Parts: sequence; C-alpha cells; structure tokens
Amino acid sequence: MFGKLTWSAIPLDQPIPLAASALVMLAGLAVLGLITWKRLWPYLWKEWITSVDHKRIGVMYIVLALVMLLRGFVDALMMRTQLALAAGGAQGYLPPEHYDQIFSAHGTIMIFFVAMTFMVGLMNFAVPLQLGIRDVAFPVLNSISFWLTAAGVLLVNLSLVVGEFAKTGWLAYPPLSELAYSPGVGVDYYLWSLQISGVGSLLSGINLTTTILKMRAPGMGYMRMPVFCWTALASNLLIIAAFPILTATFAMLLLDRYLGFHFFTNELGGNAMMYINLIWAWGHPEVYILILPAFGVFSEVIATFSEKPVFGYRSMVLATMAICVLSFMVWLHHFFTMGAGADVNGFFGIMTMIIAVPTGVKIFNWLFTLYGGQIRFGVPLYWALGFMVTFVVGGMTGVLLAIPPVDFVTHNSLFLVAHFHNVIIGGVLFGAFAGYTYWFPKAFGFRLHEGLGKAIFWCWFVGFYLAFMPLYALGLMGATRRMQHYPETEWQPLMIVALIGALVIAGGIVLAIVQLVVSIRQRDASRDETGDPWNGRTLEWSLPSPAPAWNFAVLPEVEGRDAFWAEKHRARTQQSESRPLTPIEIPRNSMIGVVIAFFAVILGFALVWHIWWMATAGLGGIVAAGLARAWTTATSDEIPAAELADTSHREGAPA
Amino acid sequence: MTAIAASSVPREMDAGDVPLSQRGPASPEIVVRFGFWLFLLSDIVIFAALFAAYAVLSKETAGGPSGAQLFDRTHTLIETGCLLASSFTCGMMSLAVERLQKMAIYLWAGVTFALGLAFVLMEIFEFSRMVAEGAGPTHSAFLSAFFTLVGTHGLHVTIGLCWLVVMAAQVGTLGLRPMVMRRLLCFGLFWHALDIVWIGVFTIVYLGAG
Amino acid sequence: MEEQDTTPQGRAPGRHRDGSRSAKTYLIGLALAAILTLASFWAAQSGLVYGPAVPILLAALAVGQMGVHLVFFLHISSGPEDTNNILALAFGVFVVGLVVFGSMLIMANLNANMMPATPAMQMQP
Repeated sequence: MFGKLTWSAIPLDQPIPLAASALVMLAGLAVLGLITWKRLWPYLWKEWITSVDHKRIGVMYIVLALVMLLRGFVDALMMRTQLALAAGGAQGYLPPEHYDQIFSAHGTIMIFFVAMTFMVGLMNFAVPLQLGIRDVAFPVLNSISFWLTAAGVLLVNLSLVVGEFAKTGWLAYPPLSELAYSPGVGVDYYLWSLQISGVGSLLSGINLTTTILKMRAPGMGYMRMPVFCWTALASNLLIIAAFPILTATFAMLLLDRYLGFHFFTNELGGNAMMYINLIWAWGHPEVYILILPAFGVFSEVIATFSEKPVFGYRSMVLATMAICVLSFMVWLHHFFTMGAGADVNGFFGIMTMIIAVPTGVKIFNWLFTLYGGQIRFGVPLYWALGFMVTFVVGGMTGVLLAIPPVDFVTHNSLFLVAHFHNVIIGGVLFGAFAGYTYWFPKAFGFRLHEGLGKAIFWCWFVGFYLAFMPLYALGLMGATRRMQHYPETEWQPLMIVALIGALVIAGGIVLAIVQLVVSIRQRDASRDETGDPWNGRTLEWSLPSPAPAWNFAVLPEVEGRDAFWAEKHRARTQQSESRPLTPIEIPRNSMIGVVIAFFAVILGFALVWHIWWMATAGLGGIVAAGLARAWTTATSDEIPAAELADTSHREGAPA
Repeated sequence: MTAIAASSVPREMDAGDVPLSQRGPASPEIVVRFGFWLFLLSDIVIFAALFAAYAVLSKETAGGPSGAQLFDRTHTLIETGCLLASSFTCGMMSLAVERLQKMAIYLWAGVTFALGLAFVLMEIFEFSRMVAEGAGPTHSAFLSAFFTLVGTHGLHVTIGLCWLVVMAAQVGTLGLRPMVMRRLLCFGLFWHALDIVWIGVFTIVYLGAG
Repeated sequence: MEEQDTTPQGRAPGRHRDGSRSAKTYLIGLALAAILTLASFWAAQSGLVYGPAVPILLAALAVGQMGVHLVFFLHISSGPEDTNNILALAFGVFVVGLVVFGSMLIMANLNANMMPATPAMQMQP
C-alpha cells in the first residue's frame, strides 16, 4: 500500500535530524498559522499564488531563494563547526552518514534552489521591464515554472522529515549513487526533486528566451537592449541547451535504479565515467547560467552608479555571447584526473583558459565604466566593487585549476572548494544581493535601509575572505573535500578561522533579515515617489514604483541605448501623455501552476517511496489539469483606458 | 527583404523601413511557435544525450546479443515508411489548418494517427520480441541504451498520438479559433521533429549495427 | 486568421510563405526523403559500396535527409525573417554535435587509457 514507506522513515532515533525536522515543521506551521490568523489566504491566493504577473513571480522566486539560503547556510555552519572540532582523533558531533547528507544537501540546495532560483527571479522581474513590455511571452507557463521549482524545493525539504537525503555529493556520481551502493531513498529524493524543478527551469528558459527574441518594445533593437537583457538571453539559451542533458542523464540513472538498466553500473558493460562526462556537459554551462545574469546586474549597477553608459557595449555583448558558446567546450576540466590522455586534457585546459578572456574583457569594461564617472557609493555599487575584487581572485585560481598538472595536485582538495565558493559567492551571490537592493524599490515602492545594507555587505565580504582563504591554504596542505574528520591537528587553527568567517557571514544573513524588517517598518521615510530612485538609465525606471500590473500603459518607442536616460535628458514630456491610451489585455490569474506543482509533489513523493497507485494519481492529476487548461478560452482581461489613465500616474502604493 | 514585404499580409505604414528587430512585439502566432521551436530544440538535446550514451555503450554487449543479431532491417524500413508517410500527411493537415478546411483536417489527422499508431505498434512488437528472446534492457549496457533511445522516441510518438486525439476533440468542441490553430501547427512542428530524430535512429542504431 | 505571420520580429518556424505552392513542396519533400531513405537502406545492405565508406555514406545520406525535412516539411529558409529560427537551430545543432562527438571522443580516450581489459594491461605481470 505505501511502498517502501514505513514509520521508520521518520528519524526518531537520531537527535540532530529529528531536531532539524521538528524545527522546519514548527517554522512552517508558524508561518501557515500566522497567515491563517491574519486572514491573508484570500489575498495571497489572489495576488500571489495564482498571479501570472512576471514581477510577482520574480519576487516569489527571490523569496524562495532567500528561504533556501537560510536552509543551505545552516548546513554550511554545521559542516564548518564539525570540521573545526574533528581534528586528530576527535570525531566531532556529526556521524559520517549524517555529514554526507549535509554536504550533499548544501551543494544541491545552494546551486539549484538558491543561486539558480535567485537569478531566475531577477531575470523574471527585470527583463520585461527593461525591454519595455507588459509581460513575458507565456505568463501562465511562467507561473507553472515557478511552482515546479517550488515543488522541487518542497521535496528536498520533505527528505529532512521523511526518510533521508542523498549521501552522494551534489552531483550523485555513480556507481556510489547506484542501487547497489545507495539502496536508501536519499538519491531518489535528489533525482526526483531535481527532475521536477529542472522541468521548471527549462520552461522558464524557453519563456525568457522567446520574450527577449520576439517581444521587445518598438525600437528596442538587439543592439539597444540593456546588457542585463543580453546576459539573460545568453543564460536562458544555455538553460535550453544544457538542462535537457541533465534531464536525460538523471533519467538514465533513474532507469538504472528503478528498472535495473545498466548505463552506469559496474556490471554488464555499464560505464560510470559516461555519467560524469554527461553530467558535466550540463554542469559547466550551468555555472555560466548562474554567473551571466550576475554579470548583467553588475553592468546595470556600475553604469547607473557611475552615471555613465557601459563602456564598450559591443564588446560586452560579444563577450557575453562568446562565453555562451565557449561554456559548452570546457566540461572535461571537471574530470582531468579521470584518466584522459594528455592530448584531450591539454585541449580542454586550453579551452578553459580561453574562456577567461571574455570574462577579463568584461572586468576591464566595468573598470573603464567607473573611470571618470560620477560615482555614487550606493549599496549595489558596494556589492559590485566587492565582486570585482573577489571574482578576479576566484577567476585566477580557476585558471590555475585549468592547468591539468596543477589540477592533478589540487583535484578534490579544499583548494577546489575555495575556488568555486570564491566565484559563486563572490560572483553570483554578490550579484544577487546587488540586484536585490537595486530592484527592491521597483518591486515594493520603497528602498532598503542603506546603513544596514552596507553592514550586510561588509559582513559577507570580510566573512567570505575569512572563511575561504584558509581553505585555499588547507587545500595546498593536502586537505580533501567531503571529509568528516581529519588526522592532522595542524589544520585545525585554519579550520577554526574558516568557522569564524562562516559566523561573520551568518551575521550578514541575520542583518539581511533585520534590514528587511526595519525597511518595511520605516517604509514611509524611504518611499520612492519618483519611480527612479537611483537616477537610472533603463526603461524600468520610467515607471512608477511599484510598477502597475501591466507595466507600460503605452508601449515605449525606443530610440537608442539607455532609453530612459536619453528621455530624461531630452526633458521630453511623458510619452503616455503625448499618445492616447487604448484598452489593453492582461492575462488572467491562473491556478494551473500551483495545481500542477501539487500533483508533481505527489508524483515525486510517490516515486521516491515506490507507491505506484499514488504516482498514477499524481500523473493523472497533472494530465487532467493540463487538459482543463487546454479548454480554457477566457484567458485575459481587458483593462479599459480610463483605468490605465487613473492609475498609471499614481503615487507608489504599498505592496 | 522586398520579397517578404511583397508577399506578406498588409501591415502598418512604413514598417518596411524599420529593421525587423525594431518593429515591436511579434504576433501570438510567431511567439507561440518560436517558443515551441525552442522547446523542440531542447527535446533534441535530450535525444543527443541518449544518442551519445548509445554511441558509447553500443559495443558493451556483455556477452549478450549484438545489434546485428537482433535487428530486422525490413521491419525498420516499414516503420520508417510509416513515419515518413505520416510526416507528409501531417504536412497536409497543416495546410488544411491554414485553409480552414475542417473536414480535411479530420481526414489528414486520421491518416496521420493511423500511420503513427502503426509505427508504435510495430515498435512494441519489436520490443516484446526482443524481451521474449532474452534480450531485454537489463541484459547489457548496449540493450539498456538501445531500449532507452528507441523507447524515448516511441514515447514521444505515443504522446504525439494522444495530443492528436486531444486536438481533434478541440477542433470539434472549440472550432478553428486562433488558439486551436496555433496548437495544431505546433503539433505539426513536433511531428516533423520526431521524424528528423528517427532519421538519426535508423541510421545510427539500425543501419549502423552492420 | 486574425494574426499575421511574418511582420514584426521574424517569421514563425514551420510557416510557409505562400500557401498555394506548399502541397507541391510537401510532395517533393516526400519523394526526396523516400529516395534518401531507400538509398540508406540499400547502402547498408547491398554490399556494393566499399565497406569502410558505408558509415560515411550513411551519415551523408542522413544529414541530407534531415536537410530535406527541414526545408520541405519545416520550411526553414535563408530569408532575413527566418534569422532567429536558423540561429536557434544552429545553436541546437552545435550543442548536439558537441555532446555526441565530444562524449564519443572523451569516452574513447578514457576507455583507451583507463579500462583494465586492454592488451597492454594484460601483458603486465
């Protein structure tokens, strides 16, 4: 009846997982209780859960990413504490099987549900505004994408309470992840949650690519698009081309695990190296999927806060597209040590060094944008400057790792761990925070607290160096990744420094929550009345804050790059006054996204536990919901011109 | 440029002078079909990963039967014929959609469905024969890769058949409104793309196993 | 139909320029594809083609037939309104090629270097 699911799946005998799951459940119940008590359900359902507005969906992606950042960071703190303790003969407080789950969950969550989700959220929010249009190409599909991501998140968190998570690292290499060596449900949770959220990512990639290529406002030619739109285009093209590889690879591993196929097993001709080859054919583009939107955010921020157009726009575009293509040609550098010959290793090493060139071009372009600019040190620029320093360090160590002989020495050491945290925190996360601070007023109509914003930045910046510079040294001293304890007591002081760094970052996270609370309470003092709090250059700042549901009552006529800047300086009258308002259609809210996600969670959970009747029900639910949608004909509402005129010039109303 | 300007439907004033990329948002028809085009490309990348797995594992028979011993080329040729013919009839259906000929749509959809069903049935027959001969997918890495690659294509064709049934019902209940026509034309893209994937399958899997 | 096919920002993939001629287009496509298919099966079967050349011939015929399908069934052309469709297709083909041929090259290299059953390894004591 319930497949493999029994009461023993709930970790009643292990104190730490039990406490963690109890905490997660209590927090979840508290939030749900608060919503019920405040009678917010109708509002949430109507304005957020069923919303197909790209801005609302973008905000929900970012909320999801911030919540998962807390979860992933708790994992990180647990690991750092464990390693600060477990030196010499000591075993620390986490047993190996639990420690293995923590580092697997940390990696999976941070990449898929924090970095990826945050970037997709920023792109969803800002790209249509910057292109001067009313929504993405497929608004309802956008809602489905978001809710499928949320379904994946829910499955990962369910594994905390019911069953276990994978102990196989964030990419679940076989043969360890095969049934013979991982008979539990952990790997299945990992695979199904990523398959479900992967479908969401793919659909979102198709949606945004179509939006950028086919929906731009009149006059918004390719070479007039803001750099963020270009990086979003490159990133979404990579999603379209790379995520199917992940889906296919996971499907093969699932066939191995569920139906006894032999793709990656040790028996009957299976080849585990093929999995590693395929997973990195997705995995390397994936890191550019994450970093490219961040590059775009920095381009916008640096140009805005220097009051200058981006230096070398064309080279910026060219570098972005070059990275998009080159990122598919370097994947072997993740497994130099698997045994390819010197010729193949050499080729991929050189390709890896070549991809550093366009990235270097971008760094210089940002520097020259700053040069001679009227620089305002707003919080987003702090993040951008911190990024430029930190990312260059991370990029340099990346080039070191690209040299196969060096990689043979440092492979799977803490040096590698330090490198990718250096680029992902210093690049993606700093970019996420820059974008969060930069676009927050556009989303909610008031600015985030400036002083606290700077404090958050300094905590992350200092904390990052304290936490990860020791890991570079430790890696060179021979410390490997994914070890639960180590014999060398001389590593311990550096491990303790790293823990202190993690605690400083924790301070940054706590301050981020404080900043949100303080900013909301003091919102009347920091309201953005003009819609243009940073003296912006691109079209999103031509709208009131928060932007109305339809963004632009009249689609703007774009006449060049930095369209809004040009308009301000021509001191023209507002376009919407000069042209007549006509009624517009906006897509009607739809519950299909949340309904499909609901059935997807049921399907995923049932498949993890081999409850076949429930899996059938979940799949049937998805099909039924899709069919119901296929026969829905009333999908949009008309907004009359009078209402457009009434609200398009309104004062920023509270969200 | 002038050729399209001459042949396409009338449009706003001086659009011919404005570069294509600056003419503002495209019509729903173009947007939907371009989005679907991108989806098809991603689908083909899934097949690329499966082809790669097949290419790497096709010699790993683990002492079991090899492709040359298992495959019947006449069978494959008939399957290919069914699919190719259905691609043609599907094209005829797309033409009927554009000319708003409802009965012709039903007719060509019916023929397409029959040919697609014949293809799927032949594949099921082939698979069951192989399993009965003891050459199931769990027997070797080669067979795992074969069943997954060919089976995934077959699954796509099956989904396409279900889609076709749904579309016939939509034409019947909703009529030829733009939404329904867009979906019918997307189905055409999907069906032609599956035929292109099949060219890869019969060349690499069936003919390459010489 | 209320919507236009070709005006702003390109043409929809799979859309033909002129409805009246396309039944003929499909027929030409069908004939060409059928010939190429039969040629493939013949080349693989007949034994008249020089053995080592068969895979190359099959690959050429398959690529040719895919081209026929793209041009005659999917109506891909080289016109400016098709640029986006072609570029997306080119990117897709590029990735497919990299994944398939890259994987084959890498795995062959890894197998040659790492798999235990090679003769060189067996000769060692």
